[in-house]
Amino acid sequence: MSGTLCIDGITVPFSDGQTIIEAARSAGVYIPYLCHRPGYAPYGSCKLCTVKVNGRTNTACTLPAADGQTVISNSPDLQYDRQRITQMLFVEGNHFCPSCEKSGNCQLQAVAYHQNMLDNHYPHFYAQRELDASHPDILIDHDRCIFCNLCVRASKEKDGKEVFGIAGRGINKRLIVNSPSGKLKDSDISVNDEAAHVCPTGAILVKRSAYLAPIGERIYDQHPISEVACEKAAIKAGEARGYGSCDPTRLPSPSQQNGGPDSHYAATMPPAPDIKHGR
Amino acid sequence: MNTFIESVLAQADYKPERLLQMLRAVQAQYLHVPKAAIEQLASALHIPRIQIIAVAEFYSFLHLTPQGRYDIHISDSITDRMLGKEKLLNYLAEKLKVKVGQVRADGLVSLNNTSCTGMCDQGPAGLVNGYALTRLDYSRIDVIAELVEQQAPLTDWPTEFFAVDEPIRKPGLLLNQPFNNGAALSATFARGLAETLAEVDCSNLRGRGGAGFKTALKWRTCSVQAATPRYVICNADEGEPGTFKDRMLLDLYADQVFEGMTLCAAIIGSDQGLLYLRAEYLFLYEQLQRVLKRRRDSGLLGRNILGRDGFDFDIEIRMGAGAYICGEASAQIESLEGKPGIPRVKPPNSVICGYQRKPTVVDNVETFFAATHIAIQGGQWFAEVGTAQSTGSKLLSISGDCARPGIYEYPFGTTIEDILQDCGAEDVMGVQVGGPSGTFISNRELQRRVAFEDLSTAGSFIVFNNSRNIFDIVQNFTDFFAHESCGFCTPCRVGTSLLKNQLQKIVEGNGAAVDLEELSELCLIVKNNSHCGLGDSAANPILSTLASHPDLYLSQLKQSSFTPGFDLDATLAVARRMAQRDDDAAHLSQVEN
Ligand code: SF4
Ligand code: SF4
Ligand code: FES
Repeated sequence: MSGTLCIDGITVPFSDGQTIIEAARSAGVYIPYLCHRPGYAPYGSCKLCTVKVNGRTNTACTLPAADGQTVISNSPDLQYDRQRITQMLFVEGNHFCPSCEKSGNCQLQAVAYHQNMLDNHYPHFYAQRELDASHPDILIDHDRCIFCNLCVRASKEKDGKEVFGIAGRGINKRLIVNSPSGKLKDSDISVNDEAAHVCPTGAILVKRSAYLAPIGERIYDQHPISEVACEKAAIKAGEARGYGSCDPTRLPSPSQQNGGPDSHYAATMPPAPDIKHGR
Repeated sequence: MNTFIESVLAQADYKPERLLQMLRAVQAQYLHVPKAAIEQLASALHIPRIQIIAVAEFYSFLHLTPQGRYDIHISDSITDRMLGKEKLLNYLAEKLKVKVGQVRADGLVSLNNTSCTGMCDQGPAGLVNGYALTRLDYSRIDVIAELVEQQAPLTDWPTEFFAVDEPIRKPGLLLNQPFNNGAALSATFARGLAETLAEVDCSNLRGRGGAGFKTALKWRTCSVQAATPRYVICNADEGEPGTFKDRMLLDLYADQVFEGMTLCAAIIGSDQGLLYLRAEYLFLYEQLQRVLKRRRDSGLLGRNILGRDGFDFDIEIRMGAGAYICGEASAQIESLEGKPGIPRVKPPNSVICGYQRKPTVVDNVETFFAATHIAIQGGQWFAEVGTAQSTGSKLLSISGDCARPGIYEYPFGTTIEDILQDCGAEDVMGVQVGGPSGTFISNRELQRRVAFEDLSTAGSFIVFNNSRNIFDIVQNFTDFFAHESCGFCTPCRVGTSLLKNQLQKIVEGNGAAVDLEELSELCLIVKNNSHCGLGDSAANPILSTLASHPDLYLSQLKQSSFTPGFDLDATLAVARRMAQRDDDAAHLSQVEN
């Protein structure tokens, strides 16, 4: 099936099998995400990509695109919730961005900038998590794991191994390694595995590569994540409104539909510009 | 160990989907799931060891470190607390010389809290090595402590400690129906399968698990799927605190439940059924196996059921291992496949892609029970009772502050007031309808009705009188959700814990006005963004009491514009201990402004 859908007033085409987030991305429309990655099976856990589809809340990374859908992504309410959810990820673990070697290449950090996140807002949990530096080439700093499951999927689906898993329940979740000792050195991961490179945060790092690109010259130092996430060509097309516009008000507004007070966020929510930093 | 694990594997037929059963057996034998067992199971079942570790860490009753030979859990439901559970627990801990949450040094006993065990009508309740203990009091605890010290096997313990009563206080439409085994199946075959589905349709029966999806629509959708085999799952993971009507049905009406599953199987074309029984109902396991055996022996299960050529169907019982989330249909399916109970992404729905990725009907115990009688009496008979949107009757499990806790059956549409009258509730402050995930209604709303149109419920009905503190209730419920969150999605995994802490800050008198605002905002974020019903309802206790008793929350607040989230003086405790002084000068009073 293919056709078009309407995202925040922009008409976006989709092809068979695409989810909303993928249709949007290839058209240059950025919907924030962390647990998603193009070419990977959808997972739907971070909830950053939450949008309203025909008035109902859904995750854009898991919902198949369908003809005539009206998607709202950039409403003040949704942007506000996204910022809060990102803040939750920051207080759940221990993220010392200024001293993190992934800084500037980290999707979590870049998404936070995109959302104009200026503080962590919530009280920290001060989680006690161990570091696994046992492997000669790869390091895991559990402090920064956000349980996006990408390393799990990469290892299983791309590398044909099952090096990673996520265990535990609720706030006690933890990333585990498939080896008799539980240590990375005893697993069958190799530095060439996709799983060693897929982590959107600085949780899984390749050793001796930290400052190959100096701070200031890294991916998100140079381009906001909204640009990086979408193919450049598509961005242009989007900018030129090549797909035309559609009427996002075809449906009753979300707050009317719910009878809910979700518009109370609107007054306090500043627009969420991409902030270019580190220049 | 090798030979024991080998026998566990053989008993489970080397099927990885029976992993929970195997781990339960291992846990029972070694008091935990040892590393060596994980390795052996992983290689024999061809699954990664991380799957086994993930399962062992997900379920409350499985452990990677040894528990006591007597592993005691005390139910932490609000009704148990109202019956004095906390003092009893402390008393038990003292008697057994073990701290709550720990294993005694000699390994004889471990003691812990657990979520509601489904005995709210006869609490305070608990579990010892998985078996239900009811009506705990000081004298029983004295005896229990003694039995533990003597290392008496559970079979030597007084049977009344394990007695589970099924007080049916008010039978109605369904509980009063006479029934002969096989009657619903004979009626179904005589009438025809399509015609029986039409009767279920015309009865307007809706799922009794709380969500209220139309049963006939679910069955029909499943029956038209091309994929086979198809499965029938009976959801007996009754985990909503305050619910125990499925316990009663499985205890006293098991044949009628199994027959409902069987007729569903005939209609959707299934040959395998699964009963997912919550771990807390272990005491029913043997008895249910006997019922199944009897049904097989009398041709009501197995091959060519009731002599009908080609209609083969059997039911397997699978035990859970302690996880409320497994009441959610897709999480239950994951659990039945030997994995952590994490709700799946939808679409596709379980009806299309369920157990083993095949079309699957998952229905509540009470739904199958009702279907049995609809098959016999016809849809009209059922539809005449209740309201337009909610036909038939509803079983309620009533507990809390009332003279006659137990099971009641009412036509849908009955008012809360009438129910309170029947169960002997006086001086009512409020009622929690539908358990923590449901609605708290105050005594100003007693005209409201039990029905999908108004107060929908899986059957939990907890009464609170005016002596109760509303914050005790809300905190208990909020802690429950934080404890039971599966942790898959951010807003629920982190949000429920934040909710718990934020509520605690306010209840303990450390909250300022801004904290209340923060609390209600957090409620909405968790509610609006979570993946499944647990996250969706985790904030309900706070939201509904904030709405019904805002004054109470306000009176908890500090009259200042800023309050630190921690106790300054308490943070200095370590310094005081190290310096070995505890005089006045070594204390700091909280900064006032
Ligand atoms: S280690 Fe990285 S990729 Fe793996 S789950 Fe954690 S954050 Fe995701
Ligand atoms: S809402 Fe809670 S229980 Fe449901 S999937 Fe998310 S974390 Fe798990
Ligand atoms: S990207 Fe959709 S939920 Fe994470």
